[in-house]
Amino acid sequence: MKRCLVLTALLGLLPAASQAAQTPSELRFCLTAEPKTFDPLLVDDGSSETVRYLTGGVLIRINRKTQQLNPELALSWNVDTQGRRITFRLRPNVKFSDGTPFSADDVAFTMQRLMDPETHSPTADTFRSSDAVPRIAVSSPVTVSVLFGAPVAGLERLFDQVAIMSAKSPRKIAAVLGPYVVAEYKPGTEVDLSKNPNYWKVDASGVRLPYIDRIRLEIQQNRDIELVKFRRGEIDLINSVDADTFDDLARLAPRSVLDAGVSLESEMMWFNQTAASPLAAYKQTWFRSTAFRRAVSEAINRADLCRVVYRGHARPAEGPISPANQFWFNASLKPHPFDVASARRRLESDGFRVRGGQLYDREGHQVEFSLITNAGNRNRERIASMIQQDLQAIGIHLNVVTLDFPSLIERIAKTFNYESCLLGLTNLDLDPSAQMNVWLSSASNHQWNPNQPAPATAWEAEIDKLMRAQASEVKAEIRKRYFDRVQQIVSEQAPFLYLVTKNSLTAISPDVQNSSPVALTPQAFWNIELLRKPVLTAGSR
Amino acid sequence: MRRSQILAIAVLAALFLAALLSAMTAENQSRQFREIPGARPSSAFPLGTDELGRDRLARLLFATRISLLLAPASALAATLLAALVGGVAGYFGGFWDRCTVRVIDLMLSLPWLFLLLAARALLPLNAPPIASLSMTYGLLALLGWAGPARVIRAGTRKLRESDFTLQALAQGCGRPRILWCHVIPNLKPLLLAQLWTTIPVFILAEANLGLLGLSASEPFPTWGNLLRDLQNPFSVRPEMFVPLAVIVVSVACFKLATPPQELPT
Repeated sequence: MKRCLVLTALLGLLPAASQAAQTPSELRFCLTAEPKTFDPLLVDDGSSETVRYLTGGVLIRINRKTQQLNPELALSWNVDTQGRRITFRLRPNVKFSDGTPFSADDVAFTMQRLMDPETHSPTADTFRSSDAVPRIAVSSPVTVSVLFGAPVAGLERLFDQVAIMSAKSPRKIAAVLGPYVVAEYKPGTEVDLSKNPNYWKVDASGVRLPYIDRIRLEIQQNRDIELVKFRRGEIDLINSVDADTFDDLARLAPRSVLDAGVSLESEMMWFNQTAASPLAAYKQTWFRSTAFRRAVSEAINRADLCRVVYRGHARPAEGPISPANQFWFNASLKPHPFDVASARRRLESDGFRVRGGQLYDREGHQVEFSLITNAGNRNRERIASMIQQDLQAIGIHLNVVTLDFPSLIERIAKTFNYESCLLGLTNLDLDPSAQMNVWLSSASNHQWNPNQPAPATAWEAEIDKLMRAQASEVKAEIRKRYFDRVQQIVSEQAPFLYLVTKNSLTAISPDVQNSSPVALTPQAFWNIELLRKPVLTAGSR
Repeated sequence: MRRSQILAIAVLAALFLAALLSAMTAENQSRQFREIPGARPSSAFPLGTDELGRDRLARLLFATRISLLLAPASALAATLLAALVGGVAGYFGGFWDRCTVRVIDLMLSLPWLFLLLAARALLPLNAPPIASLSMTYGLLALLGWAGPARVIRAGTRKLRESDFTLQALAQGCGRPRILWCHVIPNLKPLLLAQLWTTIPVFILAEANLGLLGLSASEPFPTWGNLLRDLQNPFSVRPEMFVPLAVIVVSVACFKLATPPQELPT
């Protein structure tokens, strides 16, 4: 009788066991917008970038945790002393997802297509140090070199963004070398990825990666719905959550959230110093005064911003580079201190006087200005409100104005009809060369005073010189020295007042194993190949 | 007057009185008690504090005062504008009437929210919060007259063609006298009804703008921006529903208090 019962029990388990064996594991999360392209060379938006990261095979990958370069399709590489030529030795016996063999010809094809001006690849812009077309030489099936017209700063790191395409596959961009392949795209609804059957990586015990069979990327623009879906278990992760959501989730499901420490995202404000702006001359004089800018900066209580607005998930910002950028961060910089007495001294030294609790400039104008920011961003609105109260302590009346985003961009980029602006900054690229369009005085993103025909100040001229020098230098240590000086000048002159650097906050289901969120994008799934998710049958769930 | 109307007006008066009597809390509404952000209700803060440590009750009372002053003022402006445009079109008829009807149709088909956003973006940046809120309500009045104008035009036409107007004409009464002595006095109930109907529309319009963060600028509270606390479903607490309750009660009271629109024939 007992034997009969055991047999019955085993028979009862059989269907469940076979179902578990057949049911593929699936990871689900949301894309915040429709991917604009599946062509890896044309990627210019976050959703397409996510698909490229999950499907594209690259020669060199920046390890998001250590920020070191890891060999992927290239077993090794060598950059010449001038920083113009890079030679790769490729991994043999690798196949594309459709079975087409991978060789040096594919790298040559990808680089030719990437650098072809007709392709209009945003990725190619980072490689363009000169107008000359790069020369690509294939010396064997596993050796290829690329020669650029001029030195390219941080050349090898740029290949993290170049997904290799097949020169011969009839499936063209659908043949990939990454861990996943696009299985189905339902416009407006979802992108389904399935495991690349020919992916070359295996784990320590020889099991072919990735572990998770399928990924479903739901297209969901509404972050509140995304949050509800996560709470219901309909999606497995949210790559980046704000501090409020993080704390709410931490209260409801503590094991589902992780603060990975300081991220690359900062909040900053700046004053309009544009000569062409329609501001009154006396206001332009205030905003061009370093003492005034530093005084405002020192009157802002950054510790309170971190504690109240970000609930402790942020730190006072030191400067343009976050400490999360391990190599390029200038560790000698400190955040501007919260020191009202020092702020008052700076203002007095610049001719400002306080009368009846109000600050007046040397010509008797009451100091009052507006701060614009984008409507709908609660944290920025809170920061603005707190700055408003902080500046009252030094007699400055601040008007906070929230604008819809197009109106805000119109003012800061076209009409220059604004006084100060509060916005965020995210340096996705760790290398400072990616910030040339911010720091060069002639650049359009030199927000406080863009498109200058010649540098308006001596310190801007020095920044121009240093940025150009670092961009043409090959040795990383020398480049670092130049860029440290840039960071120091920016901290001293305060054209941007860096307020806080946010922490990287992610939400990931406890069902997902091996997760190890980091500060760099893509925070929660940077190690996608190693993530595991046990298949849960109805009974086990 | 119906009993429900009396009750509604009493509730509105009580709300307004409470808001007026709270004048002493005007400073507290913007003061940030940064050591206690998001505090639960207590004797010091009966509705707790918001995310920046500001007194929720003080902010609600301040916002109530503003909304109950500015929304009726703006509705009055819209109704007067509607009376002028609709009344003249309805009374004189002909070409002017046809033109007015087209303009009213055009105004009613405009996406007012986008218009408001565009107009608001053009406001001077250094306007004080009360000025910017007044301008927002002013814009509502400029954009919100078309609906009442259509009703007033129809009412005026009806009065123009009524028996007593014809009788006055037959007895040799001049048009200005008919307008002044017969039409305008008889339009009063219609105008009052339009005024009372427009107030809750403007209150809700401001609430929509506030919910988008496009109403009064910081640190000024309005009913709309107080509702933003309800946007995160996981951090909602009972006391956060009080502003919503106040808006619902006020809008309902304005609707209940609306007088009947009958015109004499």
